[in-house]
Amino acid sequence: MTEPAIHLHELCKTYRVPEREPGMGSAVRSLFHRRMQEVPAVNDLTFDLAPGEMVGFLGPNGAGKTTTLKMLSGLLQPTAGECRVLGAVPSRRERAFLRRITLVMGQRNQLVWDIPAADSFELNRVIYRIPSADFRRTLDELTGLLDLGPLLKKPVRNLSLGERMKCEIAAALLHRPQVVFLDEPTIGLDVTMQRRIRAFIAEYNHRLGATILLTSHYMADVEALCKRVIVIHHGRLLFDGNLSDLLQQFTAHKTIIVQLEDCQADLHAYGEVIDCEDGRTTLRVPKASTAHVTERLLADLPVIDLLVEDPPIEEVIDRVFTQEAV
Amino acid sequence: MTRFQDLREMGYLYAQQFKTTFATMVQYRASLFIWMISQVLEPLVYLIVWSTVSNGSGGSVGGYTARGFAAYYLVLMLVNQVTYTWIMFEYEYRVRQGFLSFALLKPVHPIHSDISDNLSSKLITLPILMVIAGGLALIFHPTASLVLWAILAFLPALALAFLVRFLLEWTLALAAFWTTRVSAINQVYFLLMLFLAGQIAPLTLFPRWIQVVADFLPFRWMLGFPVELLLGRLTPLQALEGLGAQLIWVMISLLLVRLIWRAGVRVYSAVGA
Repeated sequence: MTEPAIHLHELCKTYRVPEREPGMGSAVRSLFHRRMQEVPAVNDLTFDLAPGEMVGFLGPNGAGKTTTLKMLSGLLQPTAGECRVLGAVPSRRERAFLRRITLVMGQRNQLVWDIPAADSFELNRVIYRIPSADFRRTLDELTGLLDLGPLLKKPVRNLSLGERMKCEIAAALLHRPQVVFLDEPTIGLDVTMQRRIRAFIAEYNHRLGATILLTSHYMADVEALCKRVIVIHHGRLLFDGNLSDLLQQFTAHKTIIVQLEDCQADLHAYGEVIDCEDGRTTLRVPKASTAHVTERLLADLPVIDLLVEDPPIEEVIDRVFTQEAV
Repeated sequence: MTRFQDLREMGYLYAQQFKTTFATMVQYRASLFIWMISQVLEPLVYLIVWSTVSNGSGGSVGGYTARGFAAYYLVLMLVNQVTYTWIMFEYEYRVRQGFLSFALLKPVHPIHSDISDNLSSKLITLPILMVIAGGLALIFHPTASLVLWAILAFLPALALAFLVRFLLEWTLALAAFWTTRVSAINQVYFLLMLFLAGQIAPLTLFPRWIQVVADFLPFRWMLGFPVELLLGRLTPLQALEGLGAQLIWVMISLLLVRLIWRAGVRVYSAVGA
């Protein structure tokens, strides 16, 4: 087996934050004696990503996703454990390493606000020492894929949020990094723009064989892009495997929608009635008994139409997190 | 990669950062102008105060006539313009807003873009300030005994003054890694600059012991020294000693930049970037 592109072994990050009660008295006391509280952000995280893999990194706010991405890109020093990216120790921030990775933070911008993106791109060209021919080729490619043509000459501040994000992504990829960390790349964007960026990420992964670790709150992103997902909660690994297995594992119920000739029928005997309208009844039944209930419904009642559905993926993920918390 | 290529790449970086800053600066002509007014006003106030004092006490104070003060402060205005930085304010903002993370992701030391950024903005402001200084010269009639060797020595002195001031203020700016109350530190620094760099008065007007203290501290070498040198107030030996002191401070501050930057990044990457 080839060496993993990203390797984490029992990686931990604990923040030490000053702790203080509200009020004047404690404010004065904290001047002299600062009590520090240890807050574990990432706890014993172990996983590998093979070169070229594209993996969704999921977890609720504060789960430790961004902390992990920052450790992997060398911005944060792990408290314990180890991580390797392309064989390098990220926190050493060696130049050769930094030239091969990128981190896109959807909520922060690196482009200079007052000048056209093209100028910021030029700056990145010299910073990353990208040979001119390569630079032009990559830029042409990115311009085509992201439809940047009309945007490059406008000052960044005149761009819309979506346009700016496209330029941010392009700026982060000009040096053709082999490992790409994407932290909420589609946040705040409309559905069309999300889809656009999603398609681009897939294309980039495909064309360059780059390894991509992506966090997103939009399950559609993850569903479209990642076969494998890693779920963390309270800094701990909760699940690592195929998205379909995750759904399988955490979907305890299915929804059955039945349309009956007789609107008055009471279906409580078959399962939990979630909704009942114009003869359409929505039932929630345990996954294991879905087949059985369906069979009984069809046998017992004058069914016009019957539909069995999985719950929406957001709901499942939500269950994953809440279940762990109990 | 050879050293020569390294140097050439660095040249490209400086040139490109230069262009970027230039493009940004011209977008802010108004705020640039207001900033420059403050750069002019402070020395102008001292100039007027000292001229008045000098005229009131028989035409000269500590070897400076009113016209001597005029020369001192007009040159100080220009030297200050060349050497000043705003990096302390910039860094606090960068650390607080998390912009530093972007700099840390780049495969190049961030000080390079800062130097280039600084020089680039001076390219715009310096010519304007020279015109202003020229106008003020018509009003205040400065006099100085210009000598060729001093004028020639002034150029390296000015470059070294820029380097020392830039490197030290860059190091000082890194305090933002440790504390959120950088402005207190900055205030102390500005106060020391005011008295020991020759801002509030030429250093020769201070008691002897303060001058000795000033010689051992970096402030004089960042501002007052090149001014006195250009105005022909130093002997060749004093000039050489000054250039030597500047060189020593360049080395000390380079060392500080290295050490404190490393320590700061360690802190930054421990508490959360």
